[in-house]
Amino acid sequence: MSLNSKIPAGELPQKWSSYKNSCKIVNPANKRSLEVIIIGTGLAGASAAASLGELGYKVKAFCFQDSPRRAHSIAAQGGINAAKNYQNDGDSVYRLFYDTIKGGDYRARESNVHRLAEVSANIIDQCVAQGVPFAREYGGMLSNRSFGGTQVQRTFYAAGQTGQQLLIGAYQALERQVALGNVTMYNRHEMLDIVTIDGKARGIIARDLITGKLERHFGHAVLLCSGGYGNVFYLSTNAMGSNVTATWKAHRKGAYFANPCYTQIHPTCIPVSGDHQSKLTLMSESLRNDGRIWVPKKQNDTRKASEIPEEERDYYLERRYPAFGNLVPRDVASRAAKERCDAGYGVGTSKQAVYLDFAAAVIRYGTIECSKVGNHSPSAKEVRTLGLAVVKEKYGNLFDMYAKITGEDPYEVPMRIYPAVHYTMGGLWVDYELMTSVEGLYCLGEANFSDHGANRLGASALMQGLADGYFVIPYTLGNYLADDIRTKAIPTDHPEFVKAEKEVADRINTLMNIKGTQSVESLHKRLGKIMWDKCGMARTKQGLTEAIAEIQALKKEFWSDVKIPGTVEGMNTELDKANRVADFIELGELMCKDALNRAESCGGHFREESQTEDGEALRHDDEFMYVAAWEFMNESDWSLHKEVLNYEVVHPSQRSYK
Amino acid sequence: MKKIFTSSIGKKLVMGFTGVFLISFLIVHCYINALVFLPNGIEKYLAAGHFMGTNFIVRTMEVGLMAGIILHIVQGLMLTVQNRSKRPVAYNVAPGNKSSKWYSRSMGLLGTLILLFLVLHLTHFWMPNRYEQHFGTGHEINLYEKMELVFQNPWIVLVYVLGCISLAWHLIHGFWSAFQTLGLYTPKYAALIKGIGMAFSIIVPLIFIAMPVAFHFGWLPPSSSYVPAH
Amino acid sequence: MEHYNMNLTLKVWRQQNAQVQGSFETYQVKEISSEMSFLEMFDVLNEQLIHEGKEPITFDHDCREGICGACSMHINGQAHGPWAETTTCQLHMRAFKDGDTIVVEPWRAGAFPVIKDLMVDRSSFDRIIQAGGYISVNTGNAQDANNLPIAKDKADESFAAATCIGCGACVASCKNSSAMLFLSAKVSHLALLPQGEAERATRVVNMVDQMDKEGFGSCTNTGACEAECPKGISIMNIRRLNSEYIKAGFTGTLAK
Repeated sequence: MSLNSKIPAGELPQKWSSYKNSCKIVNPANKRSLEVIIIGTGLAGASAAASLGELGYKVKAFCFQDSPRRAHSIAAQGGINAAKNYQNDGDSVYRLFYDTIKGGDYRARESNVHRLAEVSANIIDQCVAQGVPFAREYGGMLSNRSFGGTQVQRTFYAAGQTGQQLLIGAYQALERQVALGNVTMYNRHEMLDIVTIDGKARGIIARDLITGKLERHFGHAVLLCSGGYGNVFYLSTNAMGSNVTATWKAHRKGAYFANPCYTQIHPTCIPVSGDHQSKLTLMSESLRNDGRIWVPKKQNDTRKASEIPEEERDYYLERRYPAFGNLVPRDVASRAAKERCDAGYGVGTSKQAVYLDFAAAVIRYGTIECSKVGNHSPSAKEVRTLGLAVVKEKYGNLFDMYAKITGEDPYEVPMRIYPAVHYTMGGLWVDYELMTSVEGLYCLGEANFSDHGANRLGASALMQGLADGYFVIPYTLGNYLADDIRTKAIPTDHPEFVKAEKEVADRINTLMNIKGTQSVESLHKRLGKIMWDKCGMARTKQGLTEAIAEIQALKKEFWSDVKIPGTVEGMNTELDKANRVADFIELGELMCKDALNRAESCGGHFREESQTEDGEALRHDDEFMYVAAWEFMNESDWSLHKEVLNYEVVHPSQRSYK
Repeated sequence: MKKIFTSSIGKKLVMGFTGVFLISFLIVHCYINALVFLPNGIEKYLAAGHFMGTNFIVRTMEVGLMAGIILHIVQGLMLTVQNRSKRPVAYNVAPGNKSSKWYSRSMGLLGTLILLFLVLHLTHFWMPNRYEQHFGTGHEINLYEKMELVFQNPWIVLVYVLGCISLAWHLIHGFWSAFQTLGLYTPKYAALIKGIGMAFSIIVPLIFIAMPVAFHFGWLPPSSSYVPAH
Repeated sequence: MEHYNMNLTLKVWRQQNAQVQGSFETYQVKEISSEMSFLEMFDVLNEQLIHEGKEPITFDHDCREGICGACSMHINGQAHGPWAETTTCQLHMRAFKDGDTIVVEPWRAGAFPVIKDLMVDRSSFDRIIQAGGYISVNTGNAQDANNLPIAKDKADESFAAATCIGCGACVASCKNSSAMLFLSAKVSHLALLPQGEAERATRVVNMVDQMDKEGFGSCTNTGACEAECPKGISIMNIRRLNSEYIKAGFTGTLAK
């Protein structure tokens, strides 16, 4: 099957409006008999469920958590971008579009990104109307801040909890539809397969995680809004339950997986403290505005930070990138930290960390504050006291979080940070309408590949999730379902449902009957280590080839030696995990295969073979200006389809931050 | 309008309203008690007592007071029982005093102690007095004399002291809590309400305690020292 | 901070499902690092149990960074353990010392029935939100976001209430199993905003109604909820809820 991205004809800025004007519409009476299944209730899923419920569709929404409000969108800190230009600083739809394309290192689809920028302003309006308490100025107007990779202030925020506030807004809209009877919510349910009938997605097999029973659910269309797959690395900033299962099952049923190797490694996370570590915690990117990143100039230096004099410190980002300094993009900052630690300059007990130091900012702010109160020859102590107060006001909640986790007081000693897996730009391939390569199967939010290219800018994930759910899918789904109004609900005793359920049941029984010796967790950890070492921040042909072989071996080991206690009936969290890890293993192999195929460096994907003399990422637009969409053929066997990216408006150039 | 007094908040509103009403009664009661410590205390006290016992408006309000007390007690006990039933399986390690004050969790117990004391108290004074008025001589009894007599017994004095201490703890929580329930404990007045509540909760029971103690130890002039003018 | 290892005795509530009775089991864990989070200590225990061929302990957890509200352990008599304004997942083993015995129980409330071990069913919270914890605005209805200025202090106050993570620690620590702090946080969040004005009276009445149906107790103002709330939600919100309820009552919304 060839890839048809269904990009509407016409000039870029007119594509979306002309699509909306010409797409088919389902009349209200017919909507009531059309059923839509939504997997996942994060920003994309909850907003889609609410909006489609409002339109009158019969929606069934599923989440594995105990409530839709727990979806991991809730953990997003920084903010949400929108081209409102409230600050009168020259922002526009075009600039947001341009920044996103450039930030993605010219590997995203222009038409999708432009649409995203167009609807961004509506998102803010909608959220404010729902009661999202964004930060405001004294005049009562919305406040904005700036974020990495942009020159304007377009980020709307609610302290360091923007994701939480947006998700609660969408969750409330969803619960309202539940109350009205338009949405049926299935909490603690995990989708374990897609059911396709005559080539169209027509339902799912889900497992009730409390009773362990398999259920069949019919839908005229299925929407996957199940988030990213960063947990393939075991350690990431994702939630413990975040998984690839929904999209992976869809992939095995014919949905192409696009650009799986594009992973965002966030530079400022709290480092690993030991083997027991279960997840990593992000410290907001905003800290790099005031913190200076350094390591000792001496290798294996065991002195405390305070004992290392100024001249023996290496502020390596400022040294390497004098123009951008500590504010280089995420991918660049992450790789530079890894380079220093690998070379033996890391700090802390693990030596896998660098310092993020606020001492200079404290002095700078303290001096300003002193002169504000007319003290022009303050003592060092006076400067420090006032300076600390400023830092506390700006970053207090982050400093507290750091102190809770590490037990260190970041006001006294520099923070230790290290990069961690944060977001996955890859995902199911979707066309302009967000439909995957399986008819009637859609994919929204982080789970799809479409908008961020090879690297996502800060504050853009929330924007995309809500854009897809509130403003895109209500139109594009109608365009598809308008042709389906004569399809009656298919009874779930249809042979395809029976077959799919049997496959799922067989797989679960197989897993339970292995009765091996290794826990799911220990196997997941090993997968994570392979992925991090060989498909992490820096990748090589040799490493990736080895990784593929190691993952294939691990897969065999998993299916012959995994140990799952308990029974199929009733709640069994180990079985839930095993189902997910089995899929992560297969995905890991595909990620390495994709990374191996893409013999260039772009955005979050860095191939050591493809770098400039200074060690910077080097793209090969002539060979790789395409979306790699992988079709599942058989176990460990994929076929590559290329969607060539045509840049009609933006002209790709090599990024430089020196 | 029905639900406003029957929902979970409604029941609490009943407690709050009656609580504030009872607090206002305590002010009157305490004021009259305190009269005995003033010069010519006996005369002032008996005059006030006579007014309270015979004035038509006060006597009408007394019915309301009784209703309020009964409502407060019945509703309070029912709430305590209902609230307890909301946790069918108890904690093995209870939160204890780590997150709240013991007296705020013990309003039911403190209230019950006050109730027991109240029964005794009413039996001592209010009941004989009303009995005489309606079924006996038709006049009030001399409550000053009666107190002198009752508070000879050290055990009764002790019960009164303990009853008033229970009242103090009950008020320390109940005073501000009533304002909170009635939605009046706003940030602007919070400190004021807490402050007045604390002062009230200590001063009022102290004055109540002072009476039996003073009678018992003979610090007050004997009733025989007072000869009515007529 | 110096890191140390400890051996601990754990008394953990085990219950196969909602239908059967549960009981405490005692476990020993060794060489627990003070740098571990409390849930990582549980991971260690669970790995140990799996190796011994036993069923691991089931508990709710997801983000492990204090924001999703899934984790819910009652540790040594306190919801989310001994640290103030901290979720179970943020609690670290530095809070304990070698030789300690730690008692871990699920949230206890009739409205939060145990599903398994330490995991409880908090769907009653979802139903309270369904009863009115929203602003009825369909997608596409919105006017420009800056058309309606909101004073900064109001917006901040609304935000402070909206930071509730719906974990249920308030119910768990209240002697009456009352959900008033949870409910009041939502009522305050929406009542403080002009957008929430239209449904202000019906919202509070319907949500209180639902809370009562779910079997939560009433509020006796002990303040335990506020003390144990991992997000520091103030009981001043309960004051506001009461006031909103009274206003709704006397303006006729309850009359129906």
